Amino acid sequence: MLVCLGLLGAAEEKRSGYDDAGPQVRAMQDDDLANPAFLWVQQGAAVWGQGCADCHGAVEGMRGVAARYPVVERGRVVNLEQRVNECRVERQGVAALAPEGEAMLGVTALIGLQSRGMAVAVDVSGPAAGHVARGEAFFRLRQGQLNLSCAQCHEQLAGQSLAGARIVQGHANAYPIYRLEWQGMGSLFRRLRACLTGVRAEVLGRDEGLLGDLELFLAARGAGLKVETPGVRP
Amino acid sequence: MVRPLLNVPREVRAGVAFEVRILIQHAMETGFRRDAMGMVVAQDIINRFECAVDGEEVFSATLHPAISANPYLAFSARLGRSGTMVLRWVDDRGGEGREEVSISVS
Repeated sequence: MLVCLGLLGAAEEKRSGYDDAGPQVRAMQDDDLANPAFLWVQQGAAVWGQGCADCHGAVEGMRGVAARYPVVERGRVVNLEQRVNECRVERQGVAALAPEGEAMLGVTALIGLQSRGMAVAVDVSGPAAGHVARGEAFFRLRQGQLNLSCAQCHEQLAGQSLAGARIVQGHANAYPIYRLEWQGMGSLFRRLRACLTGVRAEVLGRDEGLLGDLELFLAARGAGLKVETPGVRP
Repeated sequence: MVRPLLNVPREVRAGVAFEVRILIQHAMETGFRRDAMGMVVAQDIINRFECAVDGEEVFSATLHPAISANPYLAFSARLGRSGTMVLRWVDDRGGEGREEVSISVS
């Protein structure tokens, strides 16, 4: 019972990075014309028109897709970027899009945008449960020269300050994001890589299974938060 | 250059101010950064932005470093008669951007 209450309490306190951002950053995200991510979305629409639309039709039909990604398939976690590239290579027979490239960021932002406002709701049942558990174990694993786990900052110390910046809970409901510090757009992987580098830990490769597990865990952890893609972060 | 995000009303009332907003995708390289090899990355910013209606300037700006990437510009304009608004900008490498919108005044 106590555990149940604890979970409920945590669910009520879920705060998106948007809630912890300053008013200027929030204003940028609120206004699609001031949100630079829409420059990428525009490019994504061009990519969508060059093949995706042939099967999937108008991109509006993708509503809800980003909210339930990543998914578990054939024993591995597949995120939106991997699905896009799988589709391109296996079905369209064209080259995969470069990760962190404008086309990939654009098309994933465009697909994510269709789910904006919907609650994050990934499937964590059946085969996904093991992946979520592995992702959570990684989230709680102390690592790097600083010997910090994700949970120490983003759970225990969330809401407090780190050198003038608010420590966010680290939800992944707005990716890909336009980050002011990057002066550009980036994926969740880029963010995670920056985090791992920050604690001076070994950086995982983009296609390592553990990273997929972590992504799935983060989505499960942020369940119920509204999809904000494409978000703006400081 | 990628197409910018431009927001201009297509129909306005004569003499009533309206807002023009534009977001231009550009790296706005400051000229102060160094690359992985320690070499200074040459400055490349949009240095001039001009907006004219039928050849008559309504807004212009000279831009300098310390403006973030993908600059956002917003300004007000007022028209007496219908015309074509041309927005132009150039960067340090000679790259040029141009957008054209016809606005009808009632």
